[in-house]
Amino acid sequence: MAQSKPRIKLQKTASKGEIVTIKTLINHKMESGSRKDKDGKLIPRMVIHTFSCHFNDNPIFECDIGPGISANPYLEFNVKVEESGTFRFVWEDDEGSVYTAERKIEVA
Amino acid sequence: MKRTSSILAAAAVSVVIAAAGGTAALSAESADWNILPAPEGHPLPEIISGYDFRSPETKALQDDDFENPGMLWMEQGAQLWETADGPLNLSCASCHQDAESAMRGVGAVFPKWNERLGKPLNLEQQINHCRENAMQAKPWKWESEELLSMTTFVRYQSRGMPVNVQIDGPMAPYFEKGEELYNTRFGQLDMACTNCHSRYGQNIRSDHLSQGQSNGFPTYRLKWQKLGSLHRRMSGCMGQVRATPFKRGSDEFVALEIYLGYRGTGLPVEAPSVRH
Amino acid sequence: MTELTRRSVLGLGAGMVVCAGIGLPLRAALATPEKLQAAIMEYTGGVAPANGGMTLSMPEIAENGGVVPMEVSVDSAMADGDYVESVLVAAEGNPVPVVGTFNFSRMSGDPSFSTRIRLAQSQKIVAVAKMSDGSFRMAETVTKVTIGGCGG
Repeated sequence: MAQSKPRIKLQKTASKGEIVTIKTLINHKMESGSRKDKDGKLIPRMVIHTFSCHFNDNPIFECDIGPGISANPYLEFNVKVEESGTFRFVWEDDEGSVYTAERKIEVA
Repeated sequence: MKRTSSILAAAAVSVVIAAAGGTAALSAESADWNILPAPEGHPLPEIISGYDFRSPETKALQDDDFENPGMLWMEQGAQLWETADGPLNLSCASCHQDAESAMRGVGAVFPKWNERLGKPLNLEQQINHCRENAMQAKPWKWESEELLSMTTFVRYQSRGMPVNVQIDGPMAPYFEKGEELYNTRFGQLDMACTNCHSRYGQNIRSDHLSQGQSNGFPTYRLKWQKLGSLHRRMSGCMGQVRATPFKRGSDEFVALEIYLGYRGTGLPVEAPSVRH
Repeated sequence: MTELTRRSVLGLGAGMVVCAGIGLPLRAALATPEKLQAAIMEYTGGVAPANGGMTLSMPEIAENGGVVPMEVSVDSAMADGDYVESVLVAAEGNPVPVVGTFNFSRMSGDPSFSTRIRLAQSQKIVAVAKMSDGSFRMAETVTKVTIGGCGG
């Protein structure tokens, strides 16, 4: 379960055709499903399994991830921007929780 | 008098250990480290933050304010600062207003003497003291996300400022207790803090020893994959030597924390830090 | 990025201790080279990936297996007829070999990404890229995971 707001690093403006780097960080335990509690019982898996980034509703970068990704997942990727618009970031975990964030960019 | 001579004795021992090989292990890697001179009578010949002992990747994680996972807790702390809690509907901001100015320097001087209670309080205890007395709100559990976040947020306002914990006056007996505990052997492995941490720069199996400083706590520990308190770390150390750990917030851990503050005199407050 | 004063502890025994510490299962569930191969073949539909045309960067020694930085980059202009569809990352010694699948788009611009992964033990990590023309590329690296000592 995530606690704080996801962090997004993205420049606010760009030139047309510029390749922009986006960094994301979200608070999540990424419980692998293999750890045991004090009584020796397996702690159930609870990880973010999907991350997606859309720009003006077009898919940019989509990941299927799992317990192999460290807690508090960090994802950095790129996008070539041709017009101004809105980025939408979505993380989904095993419990069905959905975390979202949006950022605008102005492209001249 | 008794304290001075015991400090001098400890200093003499440290010098012997250092001469025996501690500094030799350091010199190979410490060319660009931030090594502070130790004040006279200090138990260490030089003062070095845990930051310098870590790998380049770990340091890079701490240095980048966006990528540093501990910042997630710092931001949560900033939110909690503004959040009202308790029947009086007060938040930290209600009394302290702007954290950046009100809390500046605070993170560098705790644990601090509390006149009203007649004992020292560390930062976590001070936060809960404020909550219980001023806000009539329930205290936060020691390793709770809330207390970790708030402690980190308050420390963050002193980021870069030199650690300066008072150890004389009413603090003296607590400081001395902390120094005594630091040098006492515990557990089945019969080891004291100083047995490892005076040998900083050397390895115990594949563990690269630091000076065991407290300037970076609460820290995002890669092993924990989350932020954790100093008392949690000290608990872990005691478990490692097969001793029954003192409880978080206990008189013993607070005394040790005071001694550690002195051990780290002058080190920059690192908040949130990243350790392995 | 080699640290001359460190020692890394390799081997299955070391892996078991690390597994317990960072939340991955012990003993029999550890991945094998066969499981890794199977994961790669499933991704490529049986096509053997060619070495080269992409890079996989990870530290030579990981201070802690729970958080190991990783960067993948594929040589591609991302133009019509020559673009990267997706990348599979798999770790030979992890209980679940597949770490993740990362899908690009025509708007990706630069087909590279970074993240932090968990490594149960010292092992080989592999990245396989699926190209638009149906071909596959591969890059691999080895990271040592240091464990052992009383730091706990």
